[in-house]
Amino acid sequence: MTALLSIEGLRTVFRQHTGDVAAVDGVDLSLDRGETLGVVGESGCGKSVLSLSIMRLVPPPGRITAGRIRFDGTDLLGLSAPAMRAMRGNRIAMIFQEPMTSLNPVFTVGRQIAEAMRAHDSSLGARTLRSRAIAALGRVRIPAPERRFEEYPHQLSGGMRQRVMIAMALACQPDLLIADEPTTALDVTVQAEILALLDEWQREAGMAIILITHDLGIVAEVADRVAVMYAGRIVEEAPTAALFDDPQHPYTLGLLGSIPRLDQAPGRLVAIEGAVPPPFALPAGCRFHPRCVFATSACAAREPPLAALSPGHLVACIHAPVEQSLVPAAGDRTDE
Amino acid sequence: MNKPSAEPLLSVSGLAKHFPVAGGVIFARRLGCVRAVDGISFSLARGETLALVGESGCGKSTTARLVLRLLPPTAGCIRFAGADITSLSGEPLRALRRRMQIVFQDPFASLDPHMTVAEILEEPLTVHRIGDRASRQARVALLLGMVGLSRYHAQRYPHEFSGGQRQRIGIARALAPGPELIVCDEPVSALDVSIQAQVINLLGELKETLDLSYLFIAHDLAVVKHVADRVAVMYLGRIVEMAPKDVLFSNPRHPYTRTLLAAIPRPDPSLESSPPARGELPSPLAPPPGCHFHPRCPFAIARCRTEDPPLATLAADHLAACHRATELAPAVLPGRKTGLAPNAARRLSLTAALSRPS
Repeated sequence: MTALLSIEGLRTVFRQHTGDVAAVDGVDLSLDRGETLGVVGESGCGKSVLSLSIMRLVPPPGRITAGRIRFDGTDLLGLSAPAMRAMRGNRIAMIFQEPMTSLNPVFTVGRQIAEAMRAHDSSLGARTLRSRAIAALGRVRIPAPERRFEEYPHQLSGGMRQRVMIAMALACQPDLLIADEPTTALDVTVQAEILALLDEWQREAGMAIILITHDLGIVAEVADRVAVMYAGRIVEEAPTAALFDDPQHPYTLGLLGSIPRLDQAPGRLVAIEGAVPPPFALPAGCRFHPRCVFATSACAAREPPLAALSPGHLVACIHAPVEQSLVPAAGDRTDE
Repeated sequence: MNKPSAEPLLSVSGLAKHFPVAGGVIFARRLGCVRAVDGISFSLARGETLALVGESGCGKSTTARLVLRLLPPTAGCIRFAGADITSLSGEPLRALRRRMQIVFQDPFASLDPHMTVAEILEEPLTVHRIGDRASRQARVALLLGMVGLSRYHAQRYPHEFSGGQRQRIGIARALAPGPELIVCDEPVSALDVSIQAQVINLLGELKETLDLSYLFIAHDLAVVKHVADRVAVMYLGRIVEMAPKDVLFSNPRHPYTRTLLAAIPRPDPSLESSPPARGELPSPLAPPPGCHFHPRCPFAIARCRTEDPPLATLAADHLAACHRATELAPAVLPGRKTGLAPNAARRLSLTAALSRPS
C-alpha cells in the first residue's frame, strides 16, 4: 500500500538577520491511511513547524527550502495556492492547542462551523448548513447542539470549544487530521474525553492522524507509531510498543526518565541536564551530545544518520543500543 | 510526620471565599455568588508537603492565596505556627510574609523584565530589611548557587533565560527571605517534561536541606505522587478526599479521586485506556444539589442527589466526602504494577549512573 502522506528531506527555515535558521532540518516521515502517528518533543524541537509545513501554513519569514511532501499522490509543495486551499480543510484538517484563539469571539460557533462548510461547498443553502452544523456539534457529543449553535465561544468551556474545533475540522471528513497539542490546555478528565472522541472518529472514518504532543502518556494511549523529535530532527522512530519496550535514543530515555509515573515508587527523576539548544546555536555533530551522558568524542564529530536498528525501528545514535557500546567506549568518554 | 503532639505549621479551619458575581448595564445587580472555596479545613506539619489537587475552577489557587493572606477570607480561620493570622494587618502581617512565600506557575509572567536577576533576588531582602548591602549581595550569590544557577547569571535579565532557568529564579526569590512555608502554585505545569524533572528534583533537594514545608498546588497526580506526603483532592471549592499519599493512590475512596486517577494517560502502550469520565465541571454559580459530584458519578444513588455528604473520617488520616465511601469496591486502577519495560529500565539506570550528581 502506498502511504497516504510521505515527507522526504523536509527543511523549513526562518530568515533571521544572521542568516537562515532551520526549525525543521531534514525530516523524513510517512503515514498510512487510518494510522495515528505521534510526534513527540519539547518546545522548540520543530514539531509544530513540521505540522504547519504539511499544511503549507508556515508564517513568514519562514519558508520551506527543501524536501517533498506527497499526499495521496499529489505533491503538496507543487500545488498552486488555490489548489492548496481546496486541500486544506477538505482533505487535510488541523486542530490547535488553544481553542479560544482559534475561534472568532464575535460570531456564534454555529455560524463559524457553517462558514467552514460553505467554504468547501458553496451550493449549500442556509437551512442545510444549519442542520449539518447542528449535526456536527452533536457528533462531537456537545449536549443540546441546537442551543450551542447560537452561542458565542466565550459561553463555552475549554473542552466544549475544543469539541467545536474538532466538529469544524471533521465537517468535511478529511483523510488526514493534524492535531497540534489538542488537549494540552484542558483538564485531565476532559482530555480523556477528547482523545476518546478522536479515536472513535478515526475508527469510523478511517482517518489518519498526526498527533503532536509533549506527553508520552498520550502517545502510549493513542498512537500506532511514534517519532521523537529533537532540535529539528527525528532522533528515533518506532511502532509505539517498540518505543516503550525498547527505547534506544538517549533523548527518548531522558524523556521517559523525566516523567513521574503512577506505577513507580517515587525517587529522584532521571532528568536531562541542560536545555534544548536554540536553532541558531546548534552544537556540531549529534545535536543532543552536549546533554547526553553517553556522549563520546565521535558524537561531536559527525551527525549520526537515522538508521534502522530493526525493521521499523529507526534511531539516530551511534551508540545504540547504549548498554553494548558503553563498555568498550568507557575510556573514550568526554568529560563534559 | 504528623505527630499529634507537634503543633502543625499551618492549620486552616472552615476557610471560605465567596466572590459576588455582579451584572447589569446601568445598575449593578447581584447575580449570585461563586463559592470558590467553600469551607475547607486542613493542616500542614513542619517538613511536610501537602498537595492540593483538582481541575481548573476547583478553588485550589484561591486556597493558596487565602493561606498567604493575599485575599481576605469570607469565613474561617488560618493559623500559622500557632498564631491566628486570619485578621493580621500592618507590620505583623509584613513580618509574617517573611515566613511564607510563593512560587508561581508561569515563570514568564512572574519576573519583572526590567530587573536583573540580582535585583529580583535582592528585592525581598530589601522589603523585609534583611541585612546590609554587602550581606544581601552575598545572599544573592548563595541563592543562585542553591537553585543551580551561576554567579554570572546575576547581572542578566529574565528574557535571557529559558523557562526552566526562570522557574529557578522564581524559586530563589521565594527562598530569599528564608521562609518556613512555600506555596508552590503549579510550579512545573508550564515547563517542558525534561525541565519539569529538573525542577521537581530541585524542590525535593531544597526541602531537605532547608527544612521547608510545601503547600503544593497541582493538577497532575503523577507529579503529586512524586512530591507529596499527603494529598487533598478538591472539587468545586471543597475537599472531597484527603489522605497520606500511599493510601490515596492505593485505596482511593471518593469516586472523583478514582476518575482523576483513571484519566491520566500512562506511558505504557500495553494498557487499555479507561473509559473517560462523564460530563464536565458544573458551573460554580449553580452547583448541583446534594453531592456536587453526583451528576458525573458512576456510583450515584438517590441519596447523593439530595443530601450533601460531609467530609468523614474513614481511617486515621483518611477522610472522604462520599455517602458510599465505605461500601465501594476496591478501585481497579489500570497498570498500577507495570512500571518501565525491562530494556527501558536497564538503560535508564545506566543513564542515571552516568549522570553527574548535581
